[in-house]
Amino acid sequence: MSAILEVRDLRTEFRSEAGTAQAVDGISLLVGRGETLALVGESGCGKSMTGLSLLRIVPKPYGHIVGGEIRLDGRDLLKLPEAAMRQVRGNEVAMIFQEPMTSLNPVFTIGNQIVEAIQTHRDVGKAEARRLTVELLDQVGIPDAGRRLDDYPHRLSGGMRQRAMIAMAISCKPKLLIADEPTTALDVTVQAQILALLRRLQDELEMGMILITHDLAVVAETASRVAVMYAGRIVENGTVREVLRHPRHPYTQGLLQATPHARKAGGTRRKLAEITGLVPSLYDMPPGCAFAPRCPKAQAVCRSTVPTLAVGGGNVACHFPG
Amino acid sequence: MSPATSPAEPLVSVRDLVKSFRVSGGTVRAVNGVSFDVARAETVGLVGESGCGKSTLGKTILRLIDPDSGSIVLAGAEIGRLSRSALRPHRRRMQMIFQDPYASLNPRITVGRLIQEPMDAHKVGTVAERKDRVVWLMERVGLRPEHAERFPHEFSGGQRQRIGIARALALNPDLLICDEPVSALDLSVQAQVLNLLVEIQEEFKLSLLFISHDLSVVAHLADRIMVMYLGHIVEIGTRDAVWDQPLHPYTRALISAVPRLDPDEERPTKIVLTGDLPSPMDPPAGCPFHTRCPVAVGRCSSEMPALRVLADGSQVACHLVTG
Amino acid sequence: MAFWRQYRRNVAAVIGLAILLVVVVMAVSAPLLYPGDPWDMAGKPFIWPFQSWKFPLGTDRLGRDVAACIFHGARVSLLIGLVATLVAVVVGIVVGAFAGFYGGKVDDVLMRLTEIFQTIPSFIFIFVVVAVFTPTVPIIVLAIAIVSWPQLARLVRGEFIALRGRDFIQGCIAIGMSDLRIIFFQALPNALAPVIVTASVTVALAILAESGLAFLGLGDPNVMSWGTIIGAGRAVLRQAWYLTAIPGVAILLTVLALNLIGDGLNDALNPRLRGRR
Repeated sequence: MSAILEVRDLRTEFRSEAGTAQAVDGISLLVGRGETLALVGESGCGKSMTGLSLLRIVPKPYGHIVGGEIRLDGRDLLKLPEAAMRQVRGNEVAMIFQEPMTSLNPVFTIGNQIVEAIQTHRDVGKAEARRLTVELLDQVGIPDAGRRLDDYPHRLSGGMRQRAMIAMAISCKPKLLIADEPTTALDVTVQAQILALLRRLQDELEMGMILITHDLAVVAETASRVAVMYAGRIVENGTVREVLRHPRHPYTQGLLQATPHARKAGGTRRKLAEITGLVPSLYDMPPGCAFAPRCPKAQAVCRSTVPTLAVGGGNVACHFPG
Repeated sequence: MSPATSPAEPLVSVRDLVKSFRVSGGTVRAVNGVSFDVARAETVGLVGESGCGKSTLGKTILRLIDPDSGSIVLAGAEIGRLSRSALRPHRRRMQMIFQDPYASLNPRITVGRLIQEPMDAHKVGTVAERKDRVVWLMERVGLRPEHAERFPHEFSGGQRQRIGIARALALNPDLLICDEPVSALDLSVQAQVLNLLVEIQEEFKLSLLFISHDLSVVAHLADRIMVMYLGHIVEIGTRDAVWDQPLHPYTRALISAVPRLDPDEERPTKIVLTGDLPSPMDPPAGCPFHTRCPVAVGRCSSEMPALRVLADGSQVACHLVTG
Repeated sequence: MAFWRQYRRNVAAVIGLAILLVVVVMAVSAPLLYPGDPWDMAGKPFIWPFQSWKFPLGTDRLGRDVAACIFHGARVSLLIGLVATLVAVVVGIVVGAFAGFYGGKVDDVLMRLTEIFQTIPSFIFIFVVVAVFTPTVPIIVLAIAIVSWPQLARLVRGEFIALRGRDFIQGCIAIGMSDLRIIFFQALPNALAPVIVTASVTVALAILAESGLAFLGLGDPNVMSWGTIIGAGRAVLRQAWYLTAIPGVAILLTVLALNLIGDGLNDALNPRLRGRR
């Protein structure tokens, strides 16, 4: 498998009056061509900030990428000047967000926005760009694409808007697509459609994909590998099957046991396992393992030394992996 | 006032409930002739996609929204047409848990006061007794009573949902309507709140109407599941029946679309619905689902199927389901 | 206190507050520093300011002490501004709250009523009221309040329409709380921030309105207000411009101060800005 994206020890900080927060605290990732890596965790774990860091669009003036490497096809994006980076965004790496309504400009038609995206990166005329746009809308399953082109975003349903967003994202055939909670705002039947669409497009375009989500079931159905994040760090990674069937980090185990799922027919309601306590504030991180205060297995070493992925044999950042 | 109710009689009985809203450009029938019962101490899950009318249904039963027509019988008393003031004593019996723990608590009132307010409104016991009950309730839902003087913004989302639960329990209601109570919460916190809801339901013998778009949560929690589509209930059945052998084509598509956690679990073949939800302002004639139904026949576009009771007690509104 | 910390950030608002405090101190200390009637002749006419230790701001054409007039005028201007605003706020809250909370027919009736009052040109209305009735302080206060409440009512109505749909108000209905309790103890505290901001500007407008009346000679003839001094000085503008300039500056500064305070309150009370890092 040739890696399309290789991230090493990425660090992004948030500096404000409240102090400095390590929003992304030394993350390393590998995404192969045509592969889907899921980045999973609860709100505030840094998964979205990781996505934004990869495109170097962390919110100014508080966010700063302070270290690491982001190698796209071997080229370190962190070393590129801003002008060259602009050529990467939308062209080689594209991103889609949870709420397409906020990412699409409400005063322009869908068609206009996609045409503009195409013309930003490709030297084509207006008519040609329009023809490509119809093709794209068709490709993402928007019916009657020739007419929908001239619709404003608010005229489309949530699912259709997300399709339009995806059409815009793939307009330049990116090598990597970062999808940040792409189906969280959608109903379950529409979610199934969008996930199926993403899988199909990925095959067709041989894109690498990073799927950022809080939903382990979506991971199970969509990704091949998964990295579980907690408080800015990756606590466990591996193939989806490995991690979901045999989770080794107590946090992953806790998440899986806390997920409600249908009991067996005739069975009684069992109690869900709870993870006690709260996610620590990034401005006030405990020393040692960030999960230690909530961990049932925590020992003295957990409260003093940060476990790296190497500690647990390469795939799990835990002193006492299960 | 209300006649004595036998245990077999349902706590809530809704019949032919209709609620429409006037919006720019037409009328939306959010709840369109809905009938169902909720037994005492039963958990009924109400599922459906956004815009299907499930939230409106919940609020109409609570009379936060006035129904256009139909009847709502709560513990033997018809409350569907009572005036605001005549309704007030009945409100003790039914309470609501809201989705957004940030919006559902008045930010300017202390937590202790928030939990006491329902008892003040109904003049339950003496003030000292109310204060004692506040302490008891806070402990019961896992809050520290010494935090009673704090304001809601000093609590996390999960803790706020506990405050909401304590407040809802203050009057010892019979019915709790939970409108997406955990969908704003992170997974680990969601589990805490769901467990608490199960505990208090068993302890207080509550009937729960649990409204959610998340079928996994409903399948975990509910005794029976009702499925709504465009203002209509299309299927009602026990959890096992609806989850394992859904009958209505919409229910089948819905359940097949739920992502499954276990990578090795046998998955039902995904039934991918085509098209969008029709505009609720202009619902299709006949069966509301026929425009997207993979098995629709000619009759479906002209004749509205009634909710029929099958041999096993399930209810389905589909021409093609027999039995 | 969080409110003060937020308010302090707006330097102009702090200056406004300081100016207003000076005016308040003037109003409070007037009977102590100038125990006599400000209408009484105190010395020679037309003494210019800073000419005499006894009359730091000079005297007018009848030999009245201008400083005494300014201090006593502060009392009248502030009193009329505050009371008129208070009346307008109370009426505005009641009308706006009921219209917004109940909606429907209640809203229709109350809002038509509000619109009737809003369509009347305000200064002309005050003029007519004061001309028809005797120009006394209560009548002036009432007239100003009558033209000021519709704006507040519309504001409160808007807040209540938004609040009515909020979950916590729905929750209060669901627990069976009485409507009056919900309106005044649950919703109103959440609607007060913009009302306070608007009220500070309303005080300024009321002071301006009163000064205008007094300038035209329609003020209460028994009380000394800043407008009265300007009105009296107008005739001798060429010989003694300070007689109009000094009360003019007092009005200008007070109105400016109140507007600055309004801005500051807006920043400090606006929850969208609060806590922004």
